[in-house]
Amino acid sequence: MNDRRLEDIIGQLLRAGVLLSAVTVLAGGILYLAGNHAAQVHDHVFAPGGPDTRTLAGIVRSAAHGESAGIIQLGLLLLVLTPVARVAVAIVGFLLERDRFYAMVSLIVLAILTFSLMHVT
Amino acid sequence: MTALTFTVVVLTISLLAGMLGALTGLGGGVVVVPVLTLALGVDMKYAIGASLVSVIATSSGAAAAYVREGYSNIRIGMFLEIATTMGAILGAYLTSRVSTHALAIVFGLVLLQAAYLSFKGAPEDAERVESDALARRLRMGGSYPVAGTLRTYGVRNVPGGFSLMFGAGALSGLLGIGSGAVKVIAMDRVMRIPFKVSTTTSNFMIGVTAAASAGLYFHNGYINPHVAMPVMLGVATGALVGAKLLVHMHVKTLRTIFGFVILALAIEMIVSGIGGRV
Repeated sequence: MNDRRLEDIIGQLLRAGVLLSAVTVLAGGILYLAGNHAAQVHDHVFAPGGPDTRTLAGIVRSAAHGESAGIIQLGLLLLVLTPVARVAVAIVGFLLERDRFYAMVSLIVLAILTFSLMHVT
Repeated sequence: MTALTFTVVVLTISLLAGMLGALTGLGGGVVVVPVLTLALGVDMKYAIGASLVSVIATSSGAAAAYVREGYSNIRIGMFLEIATTMGAILGAYLTSRVSTHALAIVFGLVLLQAAYLSFKGAPEDAERVESDALARRLRMGGSYPVAGTLRTYGVRNVPGGFSLMFGAGALSGLLGIGSGAVKVIAMDRVMRIPFKVSTTTSNFMIGVTAAASAGLYFHNGYINPHVAMPVMLGVATGALVGAKLLVHMHVKTLRTIFGFVILALAIEMIVSGIGGRV
């Protein structure tokens, strides 16, 4: 394991994550438009939605019921998780290189990201 | 406006923004947010939420290509991400405390700086330096390909770069943008890292920084599925097309035209913010 090999793996991982997310969001979008294409939109007023679009449990539940908003949010959550996975892979990579200092640096970044993502639960 | 019209219009705008963002190196977020708020009347908090997720898509999608070219420095990136992610969380907290008028004015000021950068063009590569003591201890120096050979470089002023990165993260979290321009200044100007290494490492960092704000954005309800869906798909696709076109385009002219567009958006954003119309 060297830096180049590690970065290559990380790059591929990110691309796969974005693709999976985009396909999910697209599927949700098509489903949404199929059912609501003629509905009027009201996005000029900020009115945060319920747990179905804001919490992990709500999003998963909504997506499992085949609701378009839940599927789109699930795809977007997947997208947010790709850089998180990138940092996790970097920790493993640095450990394989026996670079304990940068493994620790990556672990700190992962901890900060986890703190932020805990707000979704 | 019906849902179908809205989706098609937003998708088209986002596609163009993503393309221009990739071609000029300024990113898609700086265009998408003002156009959505000013032209379509979308609430600014939804616009910055949608922009934030599109920023992650662009950064992560492009990373694979940059990595293969061997420019980005993963150690520098990871170390500085401690600063950008902490800043991003602070910025995302502030977004829920600040009025949209104030957000619009700050956004306008960031656009003014982006316009200035696009008129100025890419800076000359700074003279190479030896790493200072701290950068040597952190093993930050590296090498990058120049005309077929590997050229080594050193790194300076890590505390200065780290502090500015905290600010870049805060700006990213506050406005839902990548703030790549500030990240590049921190590395290229402050830490004396070669421009090419700075821009690619910055791109690598943008996704992680934005992910740090995303948790709070979801929690606060800024990620609206019906706004974020066309923005994310449009910007990501546009960025992909832009990166392919980059090889064939005369970027300098484009940057100048883009600079005027951004300048107009900046003024409109500030005026609307002061007038309380956003």
